[in-house]
Amino acid sequence: MTEVHRSTCLHCGELVPPGSSGGATFCCSGCHAAYEIIQGMGLEGYYKRRSLDPDQPLLKPDEQESRFDFETYTEVSKDGISTLHLMVEGLQCAACVWLIEMVLKQQDGVHHARINMTTRRLVLKWDNTKVSADELAHSVTQLGYRLAPYDPTLISAETTKREKQLMRALVVAGFAAGNVMLFSVSVWAGHSQGMGEYTRNFMHWVSALIALPAIAYSARPFFTSAIKALKAKRTNMDVPISLAVILAASMSLFETMRMGEHVYFDSAISLVFFLLIGRYLDSRARGRARSAGENLMGLRARAVTILLEDGTREIGPPSRLKPGMQFLVAAGERIAADGIVLSGESDVDAQLLNGESVPERCAPKSKVFAGTLNLSGPLTVEVSAVGEDTLLSEIVRLMESAEEARAKYVALADRVARLYAPVVHILAFGAFAGWWLIGGQSWQEALMISIAVLIITCPCALGLAVPAVQVVAGGRLLQRGILMKEGTALERLATADIFVFDKTGTLTQGQPQWTNADEISEADIELATSMAMTSKHPLSRALTQNRDNIVPAKSIVEVPGSGLKLMTAKGEVRLGRRDWCGVNQHHDTVEAELWLARPEAEPVRFVFTDQIRADAADTISALKQQGFQVVLLSGDRSIAVEAAAKSAGISDWHADLKPAEKVAHLEKLARQGLKVVMVGDGLNDAPALAAAHVSLSPSSAADVSQTASDIIFQGKKLAPILEALRVAKRSDRLIKQNFALSFIYNLLTVPLALSGLVTPLIASIAMSTSSLVVISNSLRLAKGAGASNSKDKQI
Amino acid sequence: MTVLLFLIPIALILGLAALGAFLWSLKSGQYEDMEGAANRILFDDDEPPLPKKDDDKTD
Repeated sequence: MTEVHRSTCLHCGELVPPGSSGGATFCCSGCHAAYEIIQGMGLEGYYKRRSLDPDQPLLKPDEQESRFDFETYTEVSKDGISTLHLMVEGLQCAACVWLIEMVLKQQDGVHHARINMTTRRLVLKWDNTKVSADELAHSVTQLGYRLAPYDPTLISAETTKREKQLMRALVVAGFAAGNVMLFSVSVWAGHSQGMGEYTRNFMHWVSALIALPAIAYSARPFFTSAIKALKAKRTNMDVPISLAVILAASMSLFETMRMGEHVYFDSAISLVFFLLIGRYLDSRARGRARSAGENLMGLRARAVTILLEDGTREIGPPSRLKPGMQFLVAAGERIAADGIVLSGESDVDAQLLNGESVPERCAPKSKVFAGTLNLSGPLTVEVSAVGEDTLLSEIVRLMESAEEARAKYVALADRVARLYAPVVHILAFGAFAGWWLIGGQSWQEALMISIAVLIITCPCALGLAVPAVQVVAGGRLLQRGILMKEGTALERLATADIFVFDKTGTLTQGQPQWTNADEISEADIELATSMAMTSKHPLSRALTQNRDNIVPAKSIVEVPGSGLKLMTAKGEVRLGRRDWCGVNQHHDTVEAELWLARPEAEPVRFVFTDQIRADAADTISALKQQGFQVVLLSGDRSIAVEAAAKSAGISDWHADLKPAEKVAHLEKLARQGLKVVMVGDGLNDAPALAAAHVSLSPSSAADVSQTASDIIFQGKKLAPILEALRVAKRSDRLIKQNFALSFIYNLLTVPLALSGLVTPLIASIAMSTSSLVVISNSLRLAKGAGASNSKDKQI
Repeated sequence: MTVLLFLIPIALILGLAALGAFLWSLKSGQYEDMEGAANRILFDDDEPPLPKKDDDKTD
């Protein structure tokens, strides 16, 4: 291929194709228009300040905007101010935030426009009488960003509120723990320097004044959880924690009142503080995963054009469609409901549904399904099924029932806690009874010893062991473009023993590639590419990809569902389907094909295959080397699956599987006692993704599949799977080490506590050191980035 | 040691003030967009100062 210098588009940064509709400096007329709008508003500083993010979608205005139902999502307050919450796609950097906000604020009537860069959500408030929601949205979408409205009440306000509450509790506990510790240190130091009894008691009273309200406020998360468990006649780790905190606080107050020497205010409050750190980390790790899932929800708000019986058109939400109604689908739009085509011809991309990378042709009377993408021509469709009855909903239902089974998985930390809680109760009660009844101590002394046992055995380290590792692991994976959606995903991945792959879009790139360029003469290639230049069909794009100096032919006619034709002096030239080009040869192969038919010449065949990802074979062999079985399950034809399996090096493959059959296959494997990792992207994989022990999806996957899977990875490679596996194994090892460390600590200190030797000083030191040891052990995961295999072996 | 009777309350009040300030900043949503806040300052010079609004709380 010849390397010719081409300039990049001033707006979106893509290479400018020769003969572009936007002139020499723009890739398309949309980008040209966007550039002029930005110039016209005096915001050209944007281009100097931005830096394009290769992971984000291109900043290229869509020629066919998919319409959203903005009005339904707009709230209007009494004083005439409209509010709309929008999800923004295509943000490259902070300059984009600035640009969008400036563009919106320059519109007449806009009161407030602010983007949260972390969540990529925009809040817009404006005066409804001066400007409409559609106009405002259009001013942003014409710059190349995509907007989707969402209902903010659907987005877990509840969990956000709980996380904030946890943060407040943490801050209060931290403040109190620090201050009480100051007074405790004075008391301990005074102990050896002869601090007077009254001064010490004054210190104790001040500690009580700080600690008691702080405990009452910040230990509530533990109290409520303990009460809930007790009501259900169960016990969890929060029961001994609550017991320890309440007993320690009230006993210390009692001791303070009778001017006793030992009080445990510092231990009680720092216990709460350390445990809250663990809780907060835990909820942060979950929250990050949650917001990823929430962004997918916004896409439900797409609008459809309904064709009413009197011939008028109306734009409304898909929920208004009823069987028998008619709706229009423009080229480039997703089809909203299952139905039968009444008029129009087109190609429909059903990749999300069945995993086929080559679009299907559709003509009047063919069936189309909700969720598929209409590529080339407008269609009028009569609804045959809506909402719950569509194929899409059926897949979602299948997925939900599969998910129920997985919800039964109990995290390692909870399993440990289940065994550990009764032990703590027995030890503390034994210490009390033993010292009181057999040891002959007064009940106050015996109770103090049993409180010391509770404090010492309390699972500070245990409560921190898992969340600390998870947060570090999640952060490390995120840097490599791997998003962990479920907190327990890594834990489950570490125990897996079989990998199941989907074919199209997972093992393969999901896009057809032109493969027989060598067999075709240069003149034919030139003719075909010049015709294909104007078309958006995936096969046309595959033809023109990576080719320079294409001069687009003029007056090309695209016949939807058939191909392209060009009138020349000699006659009609056609590029398209075999039968449309009048070819009788038949090739039964894996590949998709295009034919070029010209008057007075042999037709030429162009072959396309969906090639496997560049590192698929390497990844598979690496997995096999690590002792995993690898299986390929696909809904595609067996001839295509066999070819892909061969080139990826997978010997165990199954083709022609329906979504339910994939689930059945996974269940069969699970019954054999195997822990299955499912890697898939299509909508047809979603039930299987939900049914698997743990699942991964590329970020190009269907929305539903992303929702169903535990881990999402970006990029064109499969290597992230290996990285996730490596991090999973390491964090599993670290979590187990952390458990071991806290048990060793307990083995050493519990006998001390039982024998009544633990003073408040020893309790505080023991508690903080064990927590610090666990946290610093977890932080080791962040170090040694990349493939530090040699280091791994030493651990 | 009577000085403690002054110093301890003063220290506690200062500490409480800081705690209160933090809780206020948490409540007013200042930690909701850490990434945006870090970058926004770089763009402030070109636009007139925003009128004070208290409807920033989106939750």
